[in-house]
Amino acid sequence: MSISEFFYMGGYALYVWSSYGLSLVVLAWIFISPIYTKKSIIKELRMKYRQQERQQEREQQET
Amino acid sequence: MKLPAIVHKYSSPKNFYTMSGKMVPWFVWAFLLTLFAGLYYGFFEAPPDYQQGESYRIMFIHVPAAWMSMFIYMIMATAGAIGLIWRIKTADLMASVSAPIGAAFTFLALVTGSLWGKPMWGTWWVWDARLTSELILLFLYLGFIALQASIEDPRNAARAGAVLAIVGVVNIPIIHYSVEWWSTLHQGATVTKLDKPSIHISMLIPLLLMAVSFKLYYAASVLMRARGEILRREQNSRWVKEIVTEDVA
Repeated sequence: MSISEFFYMGGYALYVWSSYGLSLVVLAWIFISPIYTKKSIIKELRMKYRQQERQQEREQQET
Repeated sequence: MKLPAIVHKYSSPKNFYTMSGKMVPWFVWAFLLTLFAGLYYGFFEAPPDYQQGESYRIMFIHVPAAWMSMFIYMIMATAGAIGLIWRIKTADLMASVSAPIGAAFTFLALVTGSLWGKPMWGTWWVWDARLTSELILLFLYLGFIALQASIEDPRNAARAGAVLAIVGVVNIPIIHYSVEWWSTLHQGATVTKLDKPSIHISMLIPLLLMAVSFKLYYAASVLMRARGEILRREQNSRWVKEIVTEDVA
């Protein structure tokens, strides 16, 4: 089987390759998106904890 | 019924976070290995179909995706039920983070089915039992996601979602048996039946490899989602604060 035959898929190239292409896009997105979500959660939490610590320090100074 | 203390200990969010972190890379490698093996056999070893020519190669993603759509739904409903009965937070979490992955597989099963149906049946879509019940499955997933997103309190969100997921389980046998109970354009089962599979071994091997590969993909991606969500849900506990501030997350 030659490369052009492979991509031609017996005339069904449009259907076969759009099935595989779309699956690749959707599954890659589902896989990669939680990596960024986790990073942003960690960033948010770091800010939150820092603010809490600052607040505690201020309260200690006042007393 | 009470669960033994060891179950609660091992399913604690902190323990779950540590264990899952070690498991994810293994699942990812096993997924990639089976994926490439499946694609190789599917495109280079399996011969063209005597009726459908090369178009049938859509099957190697369509069928495993459809299996996943039902498999993940059952996990989601089971995890929801466990969370409802024994109040295990990790079970609630698994139900929530499974939903978008299940919805993605359902969407792919529908779209690749449509892309296969057009050249073989001459139509993108028919309102028959198999296709309609699979579309209802997609709506169940989307309903579950929307319902949980609309309830602020995490306990109530988990409870409401679990009830919806459990009620929706009735749709699963309907999807599976739809091709037997009603007359339909969709072909009957060739693998998941009590009799010997009526698919040739050269096509069965890539199909099963892809099915295993999709399961490993789900295992890796559901744990990755759970690990992010667990930090958010447990942000007031000390272990999360330690992990986040010490940069070992």
